[in-house]
Amino acid sequence: MITDFVIKNAPILVVAIPLIGAFLCPLVGRISPMWRKTWVLGIVTVTSLIAILLASMVLTHGAITYVFGASTSDLTVPIDSGGIPVRIIFTVDAMSAFMEVITALVGFSVILYSMVADKERSNLEQYYTLFLLLICSVMGMVTTGDLFNFFVFIEISSMASAGLVAYRVEKGRAIEAAIKYFMVSTIAAIFFLFAIAILYGQYNALNIAMLAERLQFTLLDKIALILIVMALATKCGAVPMHFWTPDAYTLAPSSVTAMLVVTSQASLYGLFRFVFTLYHLHLNYVMIGWFLIIIGVLSMVIGVTMAIPQKDVKRLMAYHAISQTGYMLLGVGVGLAVLGDSTQLTRFGIIAMEGGIFHIINHAMYKGLLFLTAGAIIFRIGSRDMNRMGGLGHSMKYTMIFFIIGALSIAGIPPFNGFASKLLIYESVYLFNPFLAIIAMVVSILTLASFVKVFHSIFMGPPLPEYSNVKEAPLPMLIGMGILALGILLFGLFPQTVIDTLVHPATAALLNQSSYVNAVIGGV
Amino acid sequence: MELYTPLSTGSGYWNPLMWLIATILTLIIAYIIWVRGEKNYKRGTEQTKPFISGNPEPPKGVVHIRAGNLYWGFIDALDRYYRYLIPLHTGIMTDYLLWIFGITAGLLVVLVVV
Repeated sequence: MITDFVIKNAPILVVAIPLIGAFLCPLVGRISPMWRKTWVLGIVTVTSLIAILLASMVLTHGAITYVFGASTSDLTVPIDSGGIPVRIIFTVDAMSAFMEVITALVGFSVILYSMVADKERSNLEQYYTLFLLLICSVMGMVTTGDLFNFFVFIEISSMASAGLVAYRVEKGRAIEAAIKYFMVSTIAAIFFLFAIAILYGQYNALNIAMLAERLQFTLLDKIALILIVMALATKCGAVPMHFWTPDAYTLAPSSVTAMLVVTSQASLYGLFRFVFTLYHLHLNYVMIGWFLIIIGVLSMVIGVTMAIPQKDVKRLMAYHAISQTGYMLLGVGVGLAVLGDSTQLTRFGIIAMEGGIFHIINHAMYKGLLFLTAGAIIFRIGSRDMNRMGGLGHSMKYTMIFFIIGALSIAGIPPFNGFASKLLIYESVYLFNPFLAIIAMVVSILTLASFVKVFHSIFMGPPLPEYSNVKEAPLPMLIGMGILALGILLFGLFPQTVIDTLVHPATAALLNQSSYVNAVIGGV
Repeated sequence: MELYTPLSTGSGYWNPLMWLIATILTLIIAYIIWVRGEKNYKRGTEQTKPFISGNPEPPKGVVHIRAGNLYWGFIDALDRYYRYLIPLHTGIMTDYLLWIFGITAGLLVVLVVV
């Protein structure tokens, strides 16, 4: 009976469980810290399991819709509504399922890690309330099929993220970073809201599938498109709207930073979802495709070159996060630029998109892992400054191994997962424009060079006297890092299995607009 | 059903398991060469101390090359690039917003022209 209930209501449960869990967290925390820990871990575990169940259902049976307030959860268009899906509808297709798997995997690892990394901090009830709200917002962003709903989840993610970035205060610097992040996010959200108003004013609908069916691509639709693209490119930290990223990623607790990476990728999901599913062939796909390619290349180059001179380990990693987002934009941008040319799309466009989408999940894992290793080091020595570090490989061997795995993966060294997705991007982008592929490879070399610097600065050299008492990170932190490291290894060793199971269906879901529309509009 | 499918890249394929086997074989060969090396080596003796032309070894904290000293040549060579790039990251929120508004305005103009 419970199983039936969970299966039937999985799309809403992945959002509702962390939401309810968040608001009950302060109450449960009053009982004892142990209750709070168990509560938070329990909520995240259940949410992750349901997300994986939902993803497996979608990948097996196709897109699932969930209608709020209807007599049956798949009654998308009420009989007396004039053919308009008036209710809020969650639509989970393979692309949404793909993002849910990422959120589940990283969310669980990060919470496990955070249980120890943040245990000495005060106000943990509020901290975990915001953390669960952040997971809820990401799940909502990737699950909803409604534009206004998406805006609401963006706002929830902005508020929760800003609160978490400010959590450590850091003599006011973290609060400053949080205010900057919140202001930039709010402006982006207002852009998005304005785009919704434009679309709603013309088509009397907020449902993505309904809008996709009605879209005429008028001048107002074009303006809405630009506003949506800019809002979500800003939220995902693409150059030149990336300035908030190093500030926020650096000053947030490391477990939060790892989750912020997933939040940024949910915005990237939104960007791809609206460009492909909402606008599809209506838009000037060559122009928007090239726009994504250009900001992708700028993100790759500026991200990595800004990372190299950094001395703050988390700021360096934050710039690399920008750089890696560039690969995703490049891959999917190439797919978009040839969307109307079926020959080129088949020849290299789909592979480029698969590379870009595969890179999303790979990036979530290796960047999450790298931020967690940085957090473990900061947890033990109390500094982010690499100039003050050295010789920690002697005392933090497991953390060093996890760092090596993450660093080799982000640099695209085989056999780790970063190599697999980058290889797809290099080869397909080369067929589109060799110059872009060469830039992508050079950026990978610079990434490797940058992480060699980090590795040498932190782990190499003789044991320093000031860190003679430093011990290995606690076991739960190592387990959190270990889960992500294992994922990196498995995804690197069995890339085609991941592509066949997760990436290819996600790419097909983006390309096949009609199946998304039919899943909603067809459900009368 | 195939037990293992290599990654198909459209232009070719990539087999990580073959790469892994090759790496393991290389490591085994390297290990064999290593164990056939100097037999008289002993850890923690005078042998392991660095020889710096007869000078005494400086304190450990001094010999480690810190992050700020790495890649100075690269950064110096790209000085003209970094001279423009780093000051763009002002840390001032209004500048961040200006970039967002500027790019949005530029795109809207391009849209109207195209």
